[in-house]
Amino acid sequence: MSRLSHQNVELAQEIISRYPIKKSALIPLLHLAQEQDGYVADDAMAHIAELCDVTPAEVVGTCSFYEMFKRHPTGTYLVNVCTNISCMLLGGEELLRHVEDTLGVRHGGTTDDGAFTVEDYECIAACTEAPCLQVNYRYFPRITHDEFDELVADLRAGKRTDIPPHGTLGRVRQHIPAAKLAGVVPPDQVDGAPVWLANSEGEAANG
Amino acid sequence: MAEGYITHAPGYVLNDGPKIVTSRFVHDDSFTLTRSRATGGYQGLEACLAKSPAEVHDEVREAVLLGRGGAGFPAGTKWGFCPEGVWPRYLVVNGDESEPGTYKDRLLMELDPHQLIEGCLIACYALGLSQCFLYVRGEMALAQERIATALNDAYDAGLVGKNILGTDFSVDVVLHWGAGAYIVGEETALIESLEGNRGMPRLKPPFFPAAIGLYGKPTIVNNVETLSNVPWIISNGAEAYKRHGSESSPGTRMFAVSGHVKRPGVYEVEHGVTTFRDLIYGDNHCQGIRDGHQLKMFIPGGGSAPWFFEEHLDLPLEARPVGAAGSMLGSGAIVIMDDSTDAVQACLRVVRFFARESCGKCTPCREGTTWEEQILRRIYDGHGRPGDIDMLLDVADNISPGPYPVAADESQGLEAVPFPPKQTTICPLGPSSVAPIVSAIRRFRPEFEARIPVRTTIPVSAGQR
Amino acid sequence: MTDTADTAEGIAITVNGQAVEARTGELLIDACERNGVYIPRFCYHPRMTPVGMCRMCLVEVDTGRGAALQPSCMLTCAPDMVVETESDLTKKAQDGVLEFLLINHPLDCPICDKGGECPLQDQTMAYGPGESRFVEEKRHYEKPIPINDNVYLDRERCILCDRCTRFAKEVAGDPLIHFQGRGNGTEVNTFPDEPFASYFSGNTVQICPVGALTAKPYRFKARPWDLEEVESTATIDSVGSRIVIQSSRNKVLRYLGVDSDAVNWGWLGDRERFSFEALNSELRLTEPLIASGEGHRVTTWSAALGAAADAIAKTPASRVAAIGGARLTNEAQYVWAKLLKDVIGTDHVDAQLGDGLPADLVLGLPRATIADACRPGGTIVLCGPDPKESLGALYLRLRHAVIEDGATLIELTPRSTGLSALAAHTLHPRPGELGALARALVAGTTDDVAGVSGAAIGAAHQAIAAGGPVTVLLGRASAAESAAVVAEAAAALSNIDDVGFLSTLTRGNVHGALDMGLAPGLLPGRQRLGAGIPRGWTSVPSETGLDSTGILTAAVAGEVDALILLGADPLRDFPDRHLAEQAFDAVDTVVAVDTLPTDSVAAADIVLAAAATTEVAGTFTNLEGRLSALAQKVTPPGTARPDWIIAAELALALGGDLAIQSLDDVWTELAAMSPVHAAIDPAAAAERDGVLVTGTIDYTPVEQGELPAKDAYALRLVSVRAMYDQGSSLAASPSSAGLHREPVLALHAADFEKLGVSAGDEVSVTSARGGVTLAVQSDPGVPRGSAVMVSHLGGPDPYDLIDTTTLVTEVLVERA
Ligand SMILES: Cc1cc2nc3c(=O)[nH]c(=O)nc-3n(C[C@H](O)[C@H](O)[C@H](O)COP(=O)(O)O)c2cc1C
Ligand code: SF4
Ligand code: FES
Repeated sequence: MSRLSHQNVELAQEIISRYPIKKSALIPLLHLAQEQDGYVADDAMAHIAELCDVTPAEVVGTCSFYEMFKRHPTGTYLVNVCTNISCMLLGGEELLRHVEDTLGVRHGGTTDDGAFTVEDYECIAACTEAPCLQVNYRYFPRITHDEFDELVADLRAGKRTDIPPHGTLGRVRQHIPAAKLAGVVPPDQVDGAPVWLANSEGEAANG
Repeated sequence: MAEGYITHAPGYVLNDGPKIVTSRFVHDDSFTLTRSRATGGYQGLEACLAKSPAEVHDEVREAVLLGRGGAGFPAGTKWGFCPEGVWPRYLVVNGDESEPGTYKDRLLMELDPHQLIEGCLIACYALGLSQCFLYVRGEMALAQERIATALNDAYDAGLVGKNILGTDFSVDVVLHWGAGAYIVGEETALIESLEGNRGMPRLKPPFFPAAIGLYGKPTIVNNVETLSNVPWIISNGAEAYKRHGSESSPGTRMFAVSGHVKRPGVYEVEHGVTTFRDLIYGDNHCQGIRDGHQLKMFIPGGGSAPWFFEEHLDLPLEARPVGAAGSMLGSGAIVIMDDSTDAVQACLRVVRFFARESCGKCTPCREGTTWEEQILRRIYDGHGRPGDIDMLLDVADNISPGPYPVAADESQGLEAVPFPPKQTTICPLGPSSVAPIVSAIRRFRPEFEARIPVRTTIPVSAGQR
Repeated sequence: MTDTADTAEGIAITVNGQAVEARTGELLIDACERNGVYIPRFCYHPRMTPVGMCRMCLVEVDTGRGAALQPSCMLTCAPDMVVETESDLTKKAQDGVLEFLLINHPLDCPICDKGGECPLQDQTMAYGPGESRFVEEKRHYEKPIPINDNVYLDRERCILCDRCTRFAKEVAGDPLIHFQGRGNGTEVNTFPDEPFASYFSGNTVQICPVGALTAKPYRFKARPWDLEEVESTATIDSVGSRIVIQSSRNKVLRYLGVDSDAVNWGWLGDRERFSFEALNSELRLTEPLIASGEGHRVTTWSAALGAAADAIAKTPASRVAAIGGARLTNEAQYVWAKLLKDVIGTDHVDAQLGDGLPADLVLGLPRATIADACRPGGTIVLCGPDPKESLGALYLRLRHAVIEDGATLIELTPRSTGLSALAAHTLHPRPGELGALARALVAGTTDDVAGVSGAAIGAAHQAIAAGGPVTVLLGRASAAESAAVVAEAAAALSNIDDVGFLSTLTRGNVHGALDMGLAPGLLPGRQRLGAGIPRGWTSVPSETGLDSTGILTAAVAGEVDALILLGADPLRDFPDRHLAEQAFDAVDTVVAVDTLPTDSVAAADIVLAAAATTEVAGTFTNLEGRLSALAQKVTPPGTARPDWIIAAELALALGGDLAIQSLDDVWTELAAMSPVHAAIDPAAAAERDGVLVTGTIDYTPVEQGELPAKDAYALRLVSVRAMYDQGSSLAASPSSAGLHREPVLALHAADFEKLGVSAGDEVSVTSARGGVTLAVQSDPGVPRGSAVMVSHLGGPDPYDLIDTTTLVTEVLVERA
């Protein structure tokens, strides 16, 4: 239900400044909103619309296209079980059944305690490591049913500090120090070849 | 952990043979700037800055570096398509890796981000690209962290950003996260997504991204693996690169072999020379089908590729012969299915993927892929109707009209239909859904028929079911 | 998109075995259609960027590399293309697309508004498969949801063609409806709880190829096959958009936009589109009325006309005056002009209500068309009201010109407008100083002028000095600033090389009224009063009369005995309401000819019920001077009569004879007496693009005079209008009645501190004329020192403050 916090607005401004056109920052900002609230709240989308000079309808148009953006709260841990072809061949569907049974929810659902949401997911680029699942987008390759049960126990016991709550993706962000920035220019304000190319072409022409 | 695997590089198998893009994977700190610099990292960039942009471009052109994202178009040639005198130009790195079976770009991003950044810088230098966007698939948190760290370190070290290594070459490399949509791997959809839009492909021709791309400006879109080859090429020269692989497909290439093999994994092998048989059965590679089973079929190039069989094992890992035989090498994703595999189930699972991932722009793909899935689902569930198989083929034909690319079947006297398919859609996603359908039904029609109940009496009314 | 005819270099292509000539840059789908081969389509719309989504227009095309299916809406014709629109492959592909579209489309044609005029239904009949092979559940959504006050969306029927969404973003610039979800789950929708608040939303209903979008004013009202239709012109504003009027059982049920290249490109503003509702309003005047006690009673026509004639007959001509006429057709305007100026003999006649411009300014400056203004690469100087609020269809054309065709927009407006975001240069002069700013702009001054920085003026000057055609959109942006201020600016701007002026007087057929002489000092046909007695007339007034301000002022002074209102409502629409009220009190007899019970009608002694648009035939003259046809589709309610017949009968009652028995007679007379109409064939007005009336009159600029020194504590008032207000015709249209905003006083934030107020405070605003109390709001689009109010919103109104006898109205703002 919330707009971006003061701190996140600052981060948002920094992200926006990296793109020649503000709207390009939509997806990173939606991630930021999801990191803040665990899901993308309507108010956050309206706030992002203001920051990027677009309408809220355009923000929701983009947001709703992408699988990872949740418009309602999910579990703290999102368990994505891959059932695509490579994983299916090596027990992906059985793994999904096991996850569902263990957690007591069908895929698409969230456990009553709000800890886990299970998804029947598409290929996550770990095909040679089948069957595979992700918890909050951290990989668990070749995971056995027993290992999964242990993982659940660890997560419930708060032992997996390496897995941040749902919404946080990369815990390291890119930061470009102002002095090192080459410079971001809107495309319609660029009127010639970049300097190194122009210089070298000049040389070529002279030489 | 089986022999050949490396703990910190899940799935990667260190085989014998030349290493161009995975050479640092043996180090457990391969992703750090320190390790990168200690093992020749950014030497390609230094070498490049000593040359003129045109010379650098020529070197890449000379190397015949084929795109590794799927279409296999030579990068050097594509780079030459930017219209003259139109500025700015951009570089967009395709790190959206989502094709079923594909697993290589993630390893390159997680384990050697500096190599990729270096490749990007060289491309920018050569073509005068004023900004680079590194589009990483949303679901890859670790890759994002590693690239973010690498970029922060590289900026600090003056390797990226303003006046790189003290020269007049300045370019920003911006890390951009995706958010979960396979179609965004398609280059025009990638550009739409980067513009903050829904990732729906643009119609091309008339305009390819190199001419009209990001913000309507010339844009080079290259795959992560493609660009990861570039530093080596500049450091060692095109001649050295061409000493590996075949004449038309030089260098090495990463393949992910998954499914029913003894040692599934990601392998860097010689491009165009190694055969499927080497890769699947070779001791240095996957070591054959798992015990007690026989090969039933395999997908040679990701979920979008028509299926291959036993008789295709001796084809080299090279685009042209694979295409002529009715499939594609695609994104280097080989999925091995043994005789325990249910062809209907495998077909359904791949089709379901395309139905779920259709962007929804084209009517035939939006409506057709879901319909295909529904028909297959009811066949698989035992509720198929007589005529469903032909109807399925007909629905598929309305997405991709005419004979669909498929392997030959000598037992039925059927010839191969070469790649690519025709399409009633904007991009190949919709037509890709037809690949498993045509492949599976042509070869295993009896398996489909066996699942369709033969009705001898009039069924009880549907309401009573 | 834009007409390619002028680059008509032929390209030879083959379509279905026939050699056909395509134009350079022409899309295949258009080239085929122009040559009689219709390719089915859903997403393609000739006025929007093609997207190639629906895939219905696939045809087999061979460009030399073998035949392949290609979307003809995305393919530009190239020499020697060989196209098959009927081949088996083409047919199979099109059948396939139709089948795909139908699998999730509900088969509720019998109850669908679109049934009978639905491209999906038609094409299914023409091309589609016989029977459905789809046995699964269709997609389900909640049934029609309102996406704004006038438009409903039924997502189950939607075929995702991107027309409405593209229109919203590309044409209207209001991307408030959008695709959401992905793949098979894609839908069109608004942001949660945010309506599709667009002045142009009705266009989406018109262009929806199925019944997914429906308009409340039309829903379930009729079936297409019950409708009769005729092409006509919208009269609610001066753009004169071309429309189709559809009716059933003598009732107008719908207006649709018609694609006129010259005017509205098929688009309509919602106010235009839904304005027909006022015609069917229960409030309509249906019988003549006569004042009796506190109110009116119904009377007979002969009694009403007799009473009016008596009142006029007993009054010297110089004490008879008439205000209004912009609602009338050209023909009715002519007949009234003849009655007033020839039979009665008064020149105190003015179609404008003190919020317009002097007639000789409008008719005297070199005129430009909409196409001139919108020409690719041209320069537009906006020196008038906000087109988005006042002239919706023109706004869409201007938007397109700037965004798609590279026109440069310079704004010289008292506050920001709906086009400001697109303007290359936005200059907001202090009220009263527009002329000085215009002079500085033309001269290229680098000093600050009128509160605008020299740098900004200099930059805008560069754009003008760069050469190329310039079109000035000239009108009254603010009713609180005298017309003389605009005239002063116009005189300066007329010095620009290659300049043309497009009038943006907004009221209905006001330009027709000027052409027909409903202005002091003018006769029909853009002739001055001094030009002698026109052919067919017996006399003309001997002296130039008064304009509306003059008439009302004279009335207050006891110099007007009979006031005739031709569809005018001075009590509401004259910017100085105080003056209008006093004038009404002073006049002996007020005769109102009108269609709706306005405030002025309520105060009139004699009310003559008039037929409204769609109830009379004739012609209309738009802001370009373009003559186009008005069709009669239904009959007037009760005994309401056409305005021209009322004039003719009043003439008879006065003992005169206008010698006009029919509309043809008007044209015969006009052709004989009007130099600008002589060469015009009235039949040409019936063409879609109508016909331009050209020719200007001599015009001598007058100086505006000295501006009073600015009171340090006062702000200068700006009075603007909004698309939706409480005007009488909107109030009588149920769909639009509730759409107006709340009145506020808008100020630049920098003025807040000086005044000691903060946003949301109630403030009192006082002028020499009166005072109002309302909330104050900060608005970055308002320059410092100005105070902006919107008139006609039904509450506190700037018209209660304006003094029309001064150049600007100053107000004091204090916390209430
Ligand atoms: C449906 C679809 C999905 C694709 N996904 C990817 C992808 O995930 N990664 C990628 O590099 N290329 C992908 N491609 C190919 C890209 O469109 C493009 O050809 C490629 O990024 C170009 O880079 P390259 O020339 O270096 O191979 C995809 C293409 C299609 C049609
Ligand atoms: S084929 Fe499918 S995924 Fe590709 S553009 Fe069309 S609808 Fe989108
Ligand atoms: S009309 Fe061409 S694709 Fe829709």
